[in-house]
Parts: sequence; structure tokens; C-alpha cells
Amino acid sequence: MLQPRCAESWQYRALNALTPGLDHFSDALIELAQAGYPVVAGSADLQYSNGLNKFARMIPERYIQFGISEQNMVSAAAGLATTGQMPFVATFASFLGLLCCEQIRMDIAYSKLPVRLIGHHTGFSLGFYGTSHHASEDIGSLRSIAGLTIVSPADGPQFFNALKASVDWNEPIYFRIGRGREPDVYTRGAPFSIGKAIEHCTGDELTVIACGLPVHPALQAIRRLNASGRSIGFIDMATIKPLDREAVLRAAHRSRQIMTIEEHNILGGLGSAVAEVLTEAGIGKRLIRHGIKDEYALIAPPTHLYAHYQLDEKGIAQVIAQALAQ
Amino acid sequence: MLQPNARNGVSLADFVPTEEQVARLRQKARFVRLETIRLIEIAKVGHYSSVFSAAEIFAALYYDVMALRPGEPHWPDRDRFLMGKGHAAVGLFPILADYGYIDPAVLDGYTRLGNPLGDHPDMTKVPGIDFSSGSIGHALSGACGMAMGARIAGKQFHTFVMLGDGEMQEGQVWEAALFASHYKLSNLVAIVDRNGYQLDGQVDEIMGIEPIAAKWRAFGWQVHEVDGHNVRELTALLRYLKADTGRQEPACIIARTVKGKGVSYMESEPGWHLGYLAPEDAQRAIEEIMSKEI
Repeated sequence: MLQPRCAESWQYRALNALTPGLDHFSDALIELAQAGYPVVAGSADLQYSNGLNKFARMIPERYIQFGISEQNMVSAAAGLATTGQMPFVATFASFLGLLCCEQIRMDIAYSKLPVRLIGHHTGFSLGFYGTSHHASEDIGSLRSIAGLTIVSPADGPQFFNALKASVDWNEPIYFRIGRGREPDVYTRGAPFSIGKAIEHCTGDELTVIACGLPVHPALQAIRRLNASGRSIGFIDMATIKPLDREAVLRAAHRSRQIMTIEEHNILGGLGSAVAEVLTEAGIGKRLIRHGIKDEYALIAPPTHLYAHYQLDEKGIAQVIAQALAQ
Repeated sequence: MLQPNARNGVSLADFVPTEEQVARLRQKARFVRLETIRLIEIAKVGHYSSVFSAAEIFAALYYDVMALRPGEPHWPDRDRFLMGKGHAAVGLFPILADYGYIDPAVLDGYTRLGNPLGDHPDMTKVPGIDFSSGSIGHALSGACGMAMGARIAGKQFHTFVMLGDGEMQEGQVWEAALFASHYKLSNLVAIVDRNGYQLDGQVDEIMGIEPIAAKWRAFGWQVHEVDGHNVRELTALLRYLKADTGRQEPACIIARTVKGKGVSYMESEPGWHLGYLAPEDAQRAIEEIMSKEI
């Protein structure tokens, strides 16, 4: 029988080797289960894409394969939670945020059930798989659902820390995570509090507030600019709801301008959330919302899309430079 | 109607309720109908006929089949009940009050400002409601989660879910139907209230669902068909399904019912899915319910 010979060849079941950031998902759930939490993990035919295959292998009696039925998965997770289990169910963020929106609202948020929803492959991270697989509306759709917390970790270790922190959080949570190839900003065990922004640095000229995938490139760009004499602050707003209003207001009082960066439509996402805080507080500071400008993305590999839409380090540096020049 | 289960020798005949039990269950079904009329008088609009088709199902489950403890709505080992047709909750609330889960004064404030009881059941507000509903099609999925939760935790409770026949038109029902048979959730029983009508008219004219028994069978369920107003047969069947530990698949009961059962003009006019009976008409309906044996 013919077998592939080249080291570069790979098939779906070996995908995890290319997505090390997703190891943190299963690892955190395995630790929680071993610590006695009644964790049940579920996925809808994507266990190799989200890394839950490791959990499924280690704790098969607490893993549920749902097949391609995302809405059933979300409602069944609610049913599981009523019996005292702690469900963590995962699928593409594009499906959770739109296809399952009503199940999330009715069965989980309105019913106040402690389900953890994990939407992976946010933004353009599925690149040329196309718009059906891009998640640029999930924050917007889910942010308007009362009683639902939204957490957008920047990398695998922060996701790990957030999952560990989530056991003490009473509301249901929607985690939106990338594809597991994000460079690490954080390390496992770093302090993480849901609802608390992480303020990396302060600046007089501008404060950038970002979440998720753009955190790493934005931080790189800002460090470089500050090293050359600029004064730019940076906040990782890992929790989008409830938003850390105080952190936004502190930044607005200190800096001449605020910029939000997200791999999400600038309508309805982090930029909108920050705009609401600034406007209600009556702070007359300029806000620049950087992200997906109310459009559907082109077809390209993810890194090409990040470059095209100025969500990589170079692009973010350019957007910041334009803001500073005004 | 039903064949003895050859696998373990359990036979339906072993589960037939006594005449005394049947009389009590008929009385309870009558209580559900009368209370529904009384509560809808408070709201001035409600789903009379959706409750009336399901009154015997409510009675059989809550006054015979389900393991429940009066005054303990959160008893962890209780049997669970979900209703996909949440709009029939007005028929369930009086039962929950009867069990001591709802204060009678709260029941009497049905739908008034701030009262926990509305047209659809809310599990966060109403003790005894195991799952919120109102958006048709979610309940069987929720029931799958509960049945799976029982299995994971090693608990013996059963999960019963009442589905509307119009609800069969929702795609999510069939996702859940696949799930339940794939995982052999034998601790799950679905009851389809096959009353034949939905809001806009006759189910089979709006969007046909037949052959409905064959569909459930094809999805891997053990299917039974029963007259949903024959409380003797219905109770025997539900008891049997709960006791049959040899069953490897989830069970579905197609309960053939009459929408509006018990009030003659509601039985012949599907518009009564939603409506209001002014006091004089309500009184005549009550008299008809009291005078007839179903």
C-alpha cells in the first residue's frame, strides 16, 4: 500500500501538531476533571480542529461527540447542566455565534445554566475556507444576550488560565479563541480574572485596546514604537462582557486618543463596547475602531488576510502611525 | 396496541392501572382542564385546546408514572419532564401548585406583572419546571442532555418530553432524535401530542409529517401508538416503558389526541388553539367538562 513519505505531508488527525495553542484546551479540562469538577466536553465533528481529541482519549466517559448538529449540542449542554454537570462544548465560532444564537439565548443564558461555549477559529483564521467559516459577527450577536459573559483570550496559555478561572464564575461563558497557532503572549499560571482588563502599559498619545488574536501583534508594534520615543498605552481587554469600564475610563483620561483593535466587525464588537462607555461617560476623546470594516473578507491564507486587513504587526503599526499623525 | 416485550418477558398487561386508579387519573385530567379555564380567565387569552389534548398525558405522568416528591421540586433523583409545546404550560402550573412547588396565591396571579407564571414555562422562576421553553424544537435536545447527564452520573431517573406534532417540523428535533438513538438513551421517553393542528391549521396541510411513527422508527426509536385520551392505556404504556430495563433504545409514544378535547366546539374548531372564553361561555365549557367522562 502506498504511504506518504515526505515529512511535510500531514492528514487531519495529525492537525494538533500544527496547532499547539489548542493543547491548552484539553489540558485545562483534564486538570479540572481530575480535580473533581464534573466536566463534560462536547464537540460537533471537529475534535481534531479544536484539540478536544486529547480530552476524548484521556476521559472518554466524559466526552460527547455530537456529530454535525450544533444546535442540538448547545441545547443538550443546557440539559446536561441541569443535572449538575459542567459542560464545555465547542465548535467553529461562526456556527456558535449565528447558527446557535437562539439556543444560546433561550436554553443557556435566559435559563442561567453554567454552560461554557467555546467558539474557535475566530475572525479570518480559516482563511480561504471562506465567509461561511469566518467569524466576524459572534461578539455582536452574543453581546446583546443578557446574562452571557464573553471572553476572548489572546493565546493558548491565557485560554488555559481563563478556563481554570471559569469554574468560579456563575454566568454562562462564551469563549472565542483562534486556531491554535497564535504566538504566546502569556504563560500558564499567569493571573487571570474574568471581567478584568490587563493593562500592559500606559501612554499619553494613544491607548490601544485589543482582544484576541491582535493582542500579540499590537503589543509588538507598540513596544517598538515606544522604544523609539512614542507614548502609547496598551490594554488587553480579554473580557468583552462584562467590560472593564474603569480600565477604559482610565485610559481615556490619560490618552489623547483611544484605538480598539479586533478581528471582528467594528460594528457590534469590542469597538462598539468601548464607544458605549466613552460616550456615556461624556469623554470627548477620539475613538478609532480598527478591525473588519463591515465587509466580507477576501479569499486568502490567514496570514495574507491579516496583512491585507492590517491586523498583523506591520499593519497595526501603520494604523497607529496614521492616528498619531492626525 | 402493544406487543409483549419478548426480551425480558415484561408485558403491558402487568401494568394496567386499577379501576380506582383510572378514576383518579380521569379526575386529575378534569382538574387540569378546569384549572386551565380558571387561569386563562385571569390572562384573558390562552391555549385552552393545546392543554385539553394533553390533559390525560399530564395526569398520567404527574399522578402516576413520574417519581416526584411533593414539596421537593429540586430532588436530584426525580424524573424529569420537558415540554416542547411550552404554550401548554398553563395546564402544568396547577399540577405544580398541587405538588406544593408553587404557592396557590402565585398561581392565582398567573401572568400578572412580576408573577413567575407566564404563557411559557421558565425554569429559573418556577420550581418544578425542569426546562424553559417557548421556542419550539429545543426540548428534545435538552431532554437528551438530561438523559445523558443521568447516565454519566449513574442516576436512575427517567426523562419524559412532550412534543407537539407541529414541532416535528423543526429540524433540531431530528438532530436530537439521531443523538438519542445513537447513544441508546433508553432512559428517555418522548410523547408526541398528535392532536393534528398547529396555529395556521391542520398539521398535515401546513407541512405534512406522516408517516410519523415510521419516521421515529427509522430514526432508531421504539415507537408505540396510543389513544392519548385513554388514560388506562396511556398509563399502562408509560409504566411499562419505565419498567422495561431490557430496552436498548429511546421510546416514542405517538399519542393520538383531539385538540380541545372535552369542549365540543373546540374539538371542531382549530382556531381555539388560542383564544378567550367570556364568563358565560367558560361556565358552559365547565359544565360540559363536568358532565362528560373522557
